[in-house]
Amino acid sequence: MSSDPSKLAFHDGWQYAPAPESTDHVSIDEQYELFIGGDFSKPEEERYFDTINPATEERLSSVALAGSADVDRAVKAARKAYSGAWSKMKAAERGKYIFRIARILQERAREFSVLESLDGGKPIRESRDIDIPLAAAHFFYYAGWADKLEYAFPGRTPKSLGVAGQVIPWNFPLLMASWKIAPALACGNTVVLKPAETTPLTAMRLAEVIREADLPPGVVNIITGAGETGAAIVNHDDVDKVAFTGSTDVGRIIQRSLAGTGKKYTLELGGKAANIIFADAAIDQAVEGIVNGIFFNQGHVCCAGSRLLVQESVAEEVIAKLKDRMETLIVGDPLDKNTDIGAINSAEQLDTIRSYLSIGREEGAEMYQSSCKVPETGYWCRPTIFTGVSQSNRIVQEEIFGPVLAIQTFRTLEEGLTKANNTPYGLSGGVWTDKGAKIFKMTQSIRAGVVWANTFNKFDPTSPFGGYKESGVGREGGLHGLDAYVTLES
Amino acid sequence: MSLAAVKATGRLPDLSHVPLVDEVGVKERAARFQTRSIKKASKIEALHMVLSMIDLTTLEGQDTPGKVKQLCQKAIHLHDALPGLPHVAAICVYPTMVGIAKKALGNNGINVASVATAFPSGMAPRQIKLEETRIAVDDGADEIDMVISRGAFLQGEYGFVFDEIAAIKEACGDAHLKVILETGELGTLDRVRRASILAMHAGADFIKTSTGKIQPAATLPVTLVMLQAIRDYFYETGRMVGMKPAGGISSSKLAIHYLVMLRETLGNAWMTPEWYRFGASSLANDVLMQLQKQATGVYQSADYFSKD
Repeated sequence: MSSDPSKLAFHDGWQYAPAPESTDHVSIDEQYELFIGGDFSKPEEERYFDTINPATEERLSSVALAGSADVDRAVKAARKAYSGAWSKMKAAERGKYIFRIARILQERAREFSVLESLDGGKPIRESRDIDIPLAAAHFFYYAGWADKLEYAFPGRTPKSLGVAGQVIPWNFPLLMASWKIAPALACGNTVVLKPAETTPLTAMRLAEVIREADLPPGVVNIITGAGETGAAIVNHDDVDKVAFTGSTDVGRIIQRSLAGTGKKYTLELGGKAANIIFADAAIDQAVEGIVNGIFFNQGHVCCAGSRLLVQESVAEEVIAKLKDRMETLIVGDPLDKNTDIGAINSAEQLDTIRSYLSIGREEGAEMYQSSCKVPETGYWCRPTIFTGVSQSNRIVQEEIFGPVLAIQTFRTLEEGLTKANNTPYGLSGGVWTDKGAKIFKMTQSIRAGVVWANTFNKFDPTSPFGGYKESGVGREGGLHGLDAYVTLES
Repeated sequence: MSLAAVKATGRLPDLSHVPLVDEVGVKERAARFQTRSIKKASKIEALHMVLSMIDLTTLEGQDTPGKVKQLCQKAIHLHDALPGLPHVAAICVYPTMVGIAKKALGNNGINVASVATAFPSGMAPRQIKLEETRIAVDDGADEIDMVISRGAFLQGEYGFVFDEIAAIKEACGDAHLKVILETGELGTLDRVRRASILAMHAGADFIKTSTGKIQPAATLPVTLVMLQAIRDYFYETGRMVGMKPAGGISSSKLAIHYLVMLRETLGNAWMTPEWYRFGASSLANDVLMQLQKQATGVYQSADYFSKD
């Protein structure tokens, strides 16, 4: 490639007209209550908080703020349901309820997709094609395990744990709820789940689905609130198992508070994954993998490929092609079917991302952003890459959780591997090469829970997911995901 | 339409440096273009663009002068019930029909493209191919659609294929050369990408997927690989090369997704009949039907659109 490549132009001429997904089939209540014991009830202190649309900054609804008394109520309801109907029910019957949830989610997929994009800012293409179908798939998958648990643990007798307290993040609201609820129910536990503060609406709609599916009251309780609500769930004496997905900072606090309590726990925390591109990779598909790795869901992905390690001899070509590809990414209205990158989830998160953009420039890195227009109101960040960064830079070491990629080069496989593993995180990684042997060598040596080869950000309910080091404890998904919700007797 | 001829590099590149292709990744990317939703004004604009890019084609052993004349009328009068339509880019015929087509089209700005070089198999001695090309050009062909020698290419005789394309290009004179790779016979996307690069360096003004006589013909993944090769060649040389997917594109919706792919791979500079063509026979009527629907809100019966 010459040093001065001819430029392609993407912004004049034929444009795509707006193609908004209609919202008239989705109704949002003025106010949402707590879902406890199969009914919706007001929080004791009658406090509420707003949830907004991050693309417009408009208020969508008010949501109950659960206090410790509400948490206690929810845990009691879960305990009662556990000791009552649920733990005595035949496993096949239990499975039937979970299948029912899965089917209703599929039937109402369009409604859930719109709601997810309205409340969280993610593009409708992703909520429609990924989040909601995958959430339903998790319920289907674990429904099938409900009456086959002894085959999952040959020679052992799996027993349910009791009440699971679950706290989930805002990046994949319904999907994370399904990751948590489906295996818990399949294994015979009951649940108290708290959705994230900024994205409670699909969880509250899921509460309606659970009612519609006629689950015994109290088997699933969904309570909204902020950090303190989550802490009250985690620290409640009658919770047997804690499942948390979120930041490493909060994960540390949780792990500290759980020490010595005997509660079982799984933590899915942050990441700073390396996407490693070798010179013998299929370059154009690798560029696509970079885009999927870091710009999927605005980069609000714990397993995002936020560090790019590209072999020296192809670095110039990869970066030039990546820049052209970034020009074609459409940033804007999450409900437009052509949008590739939606709104940043909250003002707070946008501040965090912006502070890292400043840090990166102060550290001497070169920042490049695509030239696309972004709306005036709402929270937006153009797709961004940093070149000329070093291993010692904060933008290489710390999780940004936005559409921001740090690019480094390497010369030898060993150098690439050393850089990839030189991080306190270990959630995911990516390897791009046409050589099978190199794939095996790299995937065995990258210390991360998930390593993709010649693809990135692929998820399936049958596949376990989880981290090494500061990326967390335990696995969710697949057969391994059952282990977190049972105790094994010999 | 005037097409400016540009000089090629004229030397066979080292094909081992051509980027590799991962088929799974290509298919995934191609599928992504099909999730683009093209509505309202952008759809109408796209449909007009598609019409203007069509090489209206008849390549049958049973072709007659009458049939070719009818097709030329269709090229000029796509659907007079709808005012303001563009005309197609070219008529594509066998060499024996070039003179007839040229006369029938008159001065309407529609090119005559002739297949040549023992289309569709390419199994003829080089002298015959050159002579056939010269005859078609002498008879008035503005564009020549040649086929590469797939057998030689598959045997690794890249020099032979390169020289042949360069020789045909020379025989074309001022006529524009489209090089048909017949991707359905190349077997892998890696070979498609190498053949694309080879053809461009040998002087192709356009690269084209298929003859239409072999299945699979044009597909989105194959076309994407060729567009990426055009982009790489453009990065390297600054020379634009055109693209023509041919065979199997018969619906408006699919044609629009080809345009989406073009726009997001090469950008807007390529979005004219000078740089992009559809080789198709039944696509035009489907586009016309869609335009009628956009204008009136209802679909008309196929009987309202002339079949030639």
